[in-house]
Amino acid sequence: MSHSQLTEGIVPGRLDPERYCTNFADVAPPLGAQEARIAADRCYFCHDAPCMEACPTSIDVPLFIRQISTGTPEAAARTIFEQNILGGMCARVCPTETLCEGACVRMDSEGEPVEIGALQRFATDTLMAKQDHPFTRAPRTGKSVAVVGAGPAGLAAAHRLAMLGHEVTLYDAHDKPGGLNEYGIASYKAPGGFAQAEVAWLVQIGGITAVENWQLDRKGDGDLADLLADHDAVFLGMGLSGVNALHLEGEDKDGIRPATDFIAELRQASDLASLPIGRDVVVIGGGMTAVDAAVQSKLLGALNVSLVYRRSRGEMPASLHEQEHALTHGVTIIENAAPIAIHGNGAVREVEFAYTRKGPDGLEMTDATFRLPADQVFKAIGQTLGDTPAKVEVAGGKIKVDGVGRTSVERVWAGGDCTHAGEDLTVTAVAQGRDAAQDIHHVLMEG
Amino acid sequence: MADLRSEFIGIKSPNPFWLASAPPTDKEYNVRRAFEAGWGGVVWKTLGSEGPPVVNVNGPRYGAIYGADRRLLGLNNIELITDRPLEVNLREIKSVKRDYPDRALIVSLMVPCDEDSWKAILARVEETEADGVELNFGCPHGMAERGMGSAVGQVPEYIEMVTRWVKQHSRMPCIVKLTPNISDIRGPARAAKAGGADAVSLINTINSITSVDLDDFAPEPTIDGKGTHGGYCGPAVKPIALNMVAEIARDRDTAGLPISGIGGVTTWRDAAEFMTLGAGNVQVCTAAMTYGFKVVQEMISGLSEYMDRKGFTNTSELVGRAVPNVTDWQYLNLNYVTKAEIVQEDCIKCGRCFAACEDTSHQAIAMSEDRVFTVKDEECVACNLCVEVCPVECIEMKQMAKGSVDPRTGETVGDYANWTTHPNNPSATAAE
Repeated sequence: MSHSQLTEGIVPGRLDPERYCTNFADVAPPLGAQEARIAADRCYFCHDAPCMEACPTSIDVPLFIRQISTGTPEAAARTIFEQNILGGMCARVCPTETLCEGACVRMDSEGEPVEIGALQRFATDTLMAKQDHPFTRAPRTGKSVAVVGAGPAGLAAAHRLAMLGHEVTLYDAHDKPGGLNEYGIASYKAPGGFAQAEVAWLVQIGGITAVENWQLDRKGDGDLADLLADHDAVFLGMGLSGVNALHLEGEDKDGIRPATDFIAELRQASDLASLPIGRDVVVIGGGMTAVDAAVQSKLLGALNVSLVYRRSRGEMPASLHEQEHALTHGVTIIENAAPIAIHGNGAVREVEFAYTRKGPDGLEMTDATFRLPADQVFKAIGQTLGDTPAKVEVAGGKIKVDGVGRTSVERVWAGGDCTHAGEDLTVTAVAQGRDAAQDIHHVLMEG
Repeated sequence: MADLRSEFIGIKSPNPFWLASAPPTDKEYNVRRAFEAGWGGVVWKTLGSEGPPVVNVNGPRYGAIYGADRRLLGLNNIELITDRPLEVNLREIKSVKRDYPDRALIVSLMVPCDEDSWKAILARVEETEADGVELNFGCPHGMAERGMGSAVGQVPEYIEMVTRWVKQHSRMPCIVKLTPNISDIRGPARAAKAGGADAVSLINTINSITSVDLDDFAPEPTIDGKGTHGGYCGPAVKPIALNMVAEIARDRDTAGLPISGIGGVTTWRDAAEFMTLGAGNVQVCTAAMTYGFKVVQEMISGLSEYMDRKGFTNTSELVGRAVPNVTDWQYLNLNYVTKAEIVQEDCIKCGRCFAACEDTSHQAIAMSEDRVFTVKDEECVACNLCVEVCPVECIEMKQMAKGSVDPRTGETVGDYANWTTHPNNPSATAAE
């Protein structure tokens, strides 16, 4: 294909074929054994460690690092997996700089934390490379649980339930399990088909039956009543399937789409050179999805990529580390600006923005405006809950749950992004899935 | 820069840093490199009697233990004395000494325990014009099984006897190198002095097994599935060596006997510590074997800078300066009361002090909800464990003023008082 970065419009093959390989290689290459030992030596083995406290799944970080430093990475991995069965993916995608590493006491003394995420990956990779599943199932309970959504929350719940001896049916709307791990994160964060390998390793526990291309409430699939009839309990972990709209005229013009669609398409693409991308790309939003879309646009060969956020950089949901990642890849971050109009004839040509300021009643538009040329626009201003079983109480657009994941409906639990609880992070979803599973077990065995 | 020139039992060297008798000093090639790097002196690797030299194992000779980042903390070896012909060593010693007249060159010796053997080797060494001899009564491995090395050093009578032979058959200054593999270092030191030794050097290596191969179930270093105890050295042995040097320095019978300090000297600071406890100079091996001969440059600059700071113009001003402060436990001031104090602005909240105190000491550190750590003076016995385990040195020991009340004991801090007069001491009571 004779396209270059200068070619106008949304076209594939902007780069030399080999560039795609290097651009989408592992963003944080794994530590070698020597690097891991040196990194592990820096851990102080803190008492009641702040890193462990900062981890939504409460991984015993000092213990697993000590296990690495004494030459037993497999034992370290077990320590991690006991708390977080998706510890391998979390090692890759967790915003560690705001969680464990942000809490590391070495930040106080040197400003350089122990590389907890990289060490966690070293340990989990070591064990998973052996295809060795470290857990066995408890004696069968004869109970059956439906888990809806094979994303981080559903997988964590399914594994814990299976481990406790229950039979699990894991329903998912996609072709492949994994949820956001498979469809929703930047390719370079988990290359090499890691998400699928992790699921395959996880279900080695046994007792988990996967049902793909099954969607709750879709005709011919089933609804909550069906699930409750067939199972002793139900766990809802279907994430967020809707996308917020800009509510602007012209939003339906060609070239405008949700960033999540783009990220999912890119993750599933077998040939990145065949994936079309605009020359001038505008990403609207300030979260991790926005950053992932912007950076990957750049890596696909977009010439100009602007990430526009309506508030200041300090208020962006994407961490400072993520923002820096975008900046070093040539993404322009424009803060305090919101879209007010979309221009173009059939396809988008320009997006018009107004600068914003803080007013007494929240954000206000100013009269200062500017236009950005755009042949492609990615919307990343938040996701919404899709269709939800009518009986399940929703609050603030998300499923309402109590501290252990119980919904308003008896025998129905929920966890992950579809609930209002906690931050929308993989690690939070894992914690909620795990904790709901423990509560389901408690209820089923009491009853 | 302070003048580091050193004179030890009449032997002059440009600095007090000598290389100990060990693998680094086995050959002319190595010793010339050492002198070029700046070492003040060298004790040539131990020579044996004329005749077929000893042989060494052909598998690993060294084992080690490590700290963080694989920093070598302790090394052990099962190498024997020189395995090169006596004539070759003597020729090389003579050649090196001729080219480096300003450096100290001592020859280490180990021959069978009979007068003729010693008489014969001493005559040969004198021809090299080396500055002195060091009697290796220390090596704990291999040679000891043949009645030499530490087998001699463990019997004070032998030490005295051989030392006397050496002084009788040679005009060279004689240093007796002592083994730490004994129960009381003062006995061998007294024997060396009684035999006429000009100095003692210590410590030689300590009997040791550094580790065990957990697959082969064999001690390391492992030779064809078997291992044997070797001589332990390096930073890990320094505290043992410092104590033994101090014991000799403050013993009534051996006080004033020149000491060449050996055992884990790695930095200028280690060297200075040995010297304050009575060593006239120091000998180094493991640091050189770990990092190469260049380490002496840091020792030279560091000691020199320290001496400038302290206003010392000659290393002799440092020697023995701490000896008067080495005492017996019974004379320690029981009215010296301190309390740990955590400097909050430097604390990184790792909680190691808390874990150490709460689990293994006196429950004298409080931890708040928001991880502020404070000392409970009413519980603190001032053991210093929190200070030792703190990774950022933010805990200090503060002395309580005389006349104040120790909240732990309710007693008023008084004047100097020790165990000898303490009411709980049965001997003290009996003496009244």
